[in-house]
Amino acid sequence: MTKGERLVTAIVVGAPIAAFSIWALLDNPRLYLVTMLNSLTLASLYFIVASGFTLVFGLMRNVNLAHGSLYLLGGYVGYVVARDTGWWILALAAGFAAAAVAGLLIQVLILRRMQGQDLRQTMVTIGLSIVIADVLLWIFTGQVYQMEAPSWLQGPIRDIPVIKAYSAYRLSLLGFGIAIGLFLWWLLNRTKVGAMIRAGVDDRAMLAASGVNVNLVFAVTFMLGAGLAGFGGVIGAVELSMVPGEDTRLLLASLIVVIVGGMGSVVGAAIGAAILGLAETYGLAYAPTYSVVFTFVILIIVLAFRPRGIMGKAA
Amino acid sequence: MNYNKRIWARSMLAAAAVAAVSGGAFAQGAPIKIGLLATLEGPFAAGGADGMRGAELAVRQRGGVVDGRKIEIIKASSNATPDVAVNSARKLVEQDKVDILVGPLSGGEGIAVKDYSKSQPQVTFINGASGAQATTLVNTSPNFFRFNTEGAQWMFGLGKAAMDKGYKRTMIIAEDYAFPYSQVQGFMAEYCRLGGKVPLKAWVPLGGKDYSSVIARIPKDVDALLVILGGADAVNFLTQYENSGGDKPMMGGSITVSQDVLNYKGKRRDSLVGTISAGPVADSFEGAEWKAFVADYKKNFPVSAGGFPSPSLFAYVYYINMKAALDGLDAVDGDLSNNHAKLRDTLSKMVLKTPNGDVRLDSNRQAIGTTFVTEVVKDSRGELTTKVLRKVDNVDQTLGMKKEDFKMGTRDEPNCP
Amino acid sequence: MSAARWRRAMNTGAVGVAAAPLPAVPARSGAARSMSVDRHAAGTAPSRWKLLSRAVSVRHVLVLVFVLLLPFVATPFFTYQVAAQALIFGLIALSLSFLAGYGGMVSLAQMSVAGMAGYAVAVLGASGTESSLGWHWGAVVPIALAIAILASTLIGWLSVRTDGIYTIMITLAIGVAFYYLVLQNYSVFNGFQGFQKVYPPSVFGINWREPLPFYFLALFWAMAGYFFIQWLVRTPFGIALQGTRDNARRMNSLGFNVTAHRVAAYAVSGLLAGLGGVLLVWYNGLISPGSVGTGWLINVLVIAVLGGMKHPIGAFLGAIVFILLQTFAIDLIERERFNLLIGGVFLAIVLFSPDGLLGLWAKLRSRFGSKQAVTSTTRR
Repeated sequence: MTKGERLVTAIVVGAPIAAFSIWALLDNPRLYLVTMLNSLTLASLYFIVASGFTLVFGLMRNVNLAHGSLYLLGGYVGYVVARDTGWWILALAAGFAAAAVAGLLIQVLILRRMQGQDLRQTMVTIGLSIVIADVLLWIFTGQVYQMEAPSWLQGPIRDIPVIKAYSAYRLSLLGFGIAIGLFLWWLLNRTKVGAMIRAGVDDRAMLAASGVNVNLVFAVTFMLGAGLAGFGGVIGAVELSMVPGEDTRLLLASLIVVIVGGMGSVVGAAIGAAILGLAETYGLAYAPTYSVVFTFVILIIVLAFRPRGIMGKAA
Repeated sequence: MNYNKRIWARSMLAAAAVAAVSGGAFAQGAPIKIGLLATLEGPFAAGGADGMRGAELAVRQRGGVVDGRKIEIIKASSNATPDVAVNSARKLVEQDKVDILVGPLSGGEGIAVKDYSKSQPQVTFINGASGAQATTLVNTSPNFFRFNTEGAQWMFGLGKAAMDKGYKRTMIIAEDYAFPYSQVQGFMAEYCRLGGKVPLKAWVPLGGKDYSSVIARIPKDVDALLVILGGADAVNFLTQYENSGGDKPMMGGSITVSQDVLNYKGKRRDSLVGTISAGPVADSFEGAEWKAFVADYKKNFPVSAGGFPSPSLFAYVYYINMKAALDGLDAVDGDLSNNHAKLRDTLSKMVLKTPNGDVRLDSNRQAIGTTFVTEVVKDSRGELTTKVLRKVDNVDQTLGMKKEDFKMGTRDEPNCP
Repeated sequence: MSAARWRRAMNTGAVGVAAAPLPAVPARSGAARSMSVDRHAAGTAPSRWKLLSRAVSVRHVLVLVFVLLLPFVATPFFTYQVAAQALIFGLIALSLSFLAGYGGMVSLAQMSVAGMAGYAVAVLGASGTESSLGWHWGAVVPIALAIAILASTLIGWLSVRTDGIYTIMITLAIGVAFYYLVLQNYSVFNGFQGFQKVYPPSVFGINWREPLPFYFLALFWAMAGYFFIQWLVRTPFGIALQGTRDNARRMNSLGFNVTAHRVAAYAVSGLLAGLGGVLLVWYNGLISPGSVGTGWLINVLVIAVLGGMKHPIGAFLGAIVFILLQTFAIDLIERERFNLLIGGVFLAIVLFSPDGLLGLWAKLRSRFGSKQAVTSTTRR
């Protein structure tokens, strides 16, 4: 983009948003600010789930359409662990571990056999998503499971200016999102595994040629990606509850986040999650009937002008 | 291919002993085939299975025999979408050649099956658990009968109870589709007439679990919230609402105040005492027939055999619809000649004895029945439970209005801001 | 299956980690053969006859006789619910297997495109809902097809500018977003309730809702779609499209506009899916968000993969098996676990026989010694 184009984009996108923000702030400042917090906290959840998706995709060109099912799996396992032990932190770890192990099994037992056949791998994940979803439905039935937040995160934080009170747990989502983001940044930029993953994203064949055990890197990345979905599942089980169908919703969210943000880019996932969270939540608060349309429009606009997403690199 | 799973075989075994002892006439003549359609796939599968148990209970109570003829039940399943429901209904009617079809489970399916019933005049259709208003209000079908009341009727009486509690302004939070629309209408029809105001209705997208946007929009000047969500979703809402610092009292829809809500452990647990709701059944109802029904259900389907601890709404509704079919068949001595003319005439006019009182049909073949208004109370052990506040009999589909004045519930209808 | 792999291999300059040989050679020879066939076809009448006799085997005649006689032998129920429904889903799956098998683009939005046509019929034509406009079917059907083609072209345009593997993601996102749109929009799509009583019109004094006429209606369009695709893949356009599937970069340097070919393929698939959608809404007599939900998006893929995407007949084969399973599974297994069955079958096919039932058939034939080439060589 040239400088001029950038300016035009900024005005076309920015002006209506600025106009809306001024109107909304004057009209009902509390609603506007609460919605802002709601957006960013929801975006954090989307980011946690979608960053795993984008990691796997970036490295392996594998669109893991069972990602939503892994989210559900992590959530259910976390629920069971929290119910039986009463330790929420343990539930987080269990959710992460369960999804990571499931991811590892999928990678080692199935996907590895068809390495290089991207499309077939993706279709396998579709089949897996049907099977996992139905097995989970079998075990946990269609009931809605509501997990409790740890007691120190229950209840509101009061006496915030303008907003007055805001959910402590919800606010903690923001912290989780930022922590995961920092962790991924550290992992990718400061560790040897991260360097390998980054190298693999750029050129898989060269990485293999330079003597790295690509299979191991793949397995670790897939575990991490799946684990993040499970981790997101436990967090989501508290705020959004667990029920069949959530897998599709989170998968759609991941897809949109990754398409909008740019495939394979963790920073892109953060940007995409923020955009999706803002669009969804502001849509629900100010124009509930058409909230889903906003998502649609954003998706189409981004694909029309940036086919590889905002942070996507040309092939 | 035609290897049908015939569950009557099982029920017959149970029934055989009864029949042998009583020495009654045993299954002469061709069996009467009844198709049973419920949702056995997807998220509603548990409810659908319980609906089937309810229908089966009605058959077992008659020993699987009506007027000397065996009742053969043929099951079919859908996934709660109307196209699959019609496909399954078509299989039962055209492939398995059932005489009577009982089903389906959900609203959209009910409308679709009702439309289909018009093309099959030789079969009598009796509703399962579907509760869409339109089924028996628009384009009615002469061979589709519904012995259960629907969503709007289930809420009739709550408006008065709300006014009695002093809730003059109410905000409504409900999912965005036909069933909650009808529930809202059942509440508002009475509430608005008594002078209550509903300044804001927040329709939550179907399946949406993030209520934060809705909570942010709750106005300061309302007295109460009417929450029409499934029980577990309501708990989710309560948690989010409590965590964001809200403190307004709640009212519930017919499926809201479930065991999930009564088991709620949040800090506002005590504020749930006094929560009112309305519905076609009330676990705490003291009627003798109701208690007998619950006991019979528990005996036939103990928890160890996959039954619920107590019959669900689906089990109850399927039960009364199946009972209507069997009672009707009994009254006409199994006479299905002339396109079921006698049976249909009988069904239209009969007074069905149900565990919750008498039900009869209006001119659209829609039930006029009983609604319970209940309230959450704390029992002696400190557990939350419900008690019946009021029993409203003879609630009809137009909620006491004239037919011409009555409009079906939508997002914006009724309206009293 | 191999398109994305090829493209990437070409892009990175090295064949990926698993450097399996690719079936590009038969594709070229196949293309060459069909090109020469085309030249024959343009020739004189006798050679046309020769072509016909070569193209039409005993198998074809048997199948034709079977499908024509079937409704007179089978029950009306079987004719309508199994046969006609399978033909319709076969047509929708055909639109996918054309895109995937010949264009290398797996689109999960085919059911959404069909649904758009179906919704157009319901919204513009007559239905049990007040908001329907009640236009004449003669206007409604062309508009519905035009909408399907337009939507499919747009989806194609949005998704083909990236790698093949992105397509599946973008189309799934569009498909699911469309589901949420029709679920939540009441002013146009009537939300959760959808539209009831959307019936085919009575034309020439025939009630097309009756099993027999409807079956022949579905059969006519299914066969039209089948032969259209059979013809299309032998045209220069079809061959160029297969070229873009096997090696986009080379086609580009040969002067072909790869993007335009792919978008055009989407337009064609939109027409097929739209036809299927119109027939489907007439078949069901209704349309609701459930008809375009994630389940059905994936079921269309299941059907196409089940049958095999290397030949147009695979779509119909897959549809017949799927519909039979769907209709009669309750008589054999507990219906509750139907999705597990379908998912398991799908997984098994993808894992062990990526070419679906056709591939299985080919394997069996080659094992038990048939001299003929097993799958049609024009396919790859």
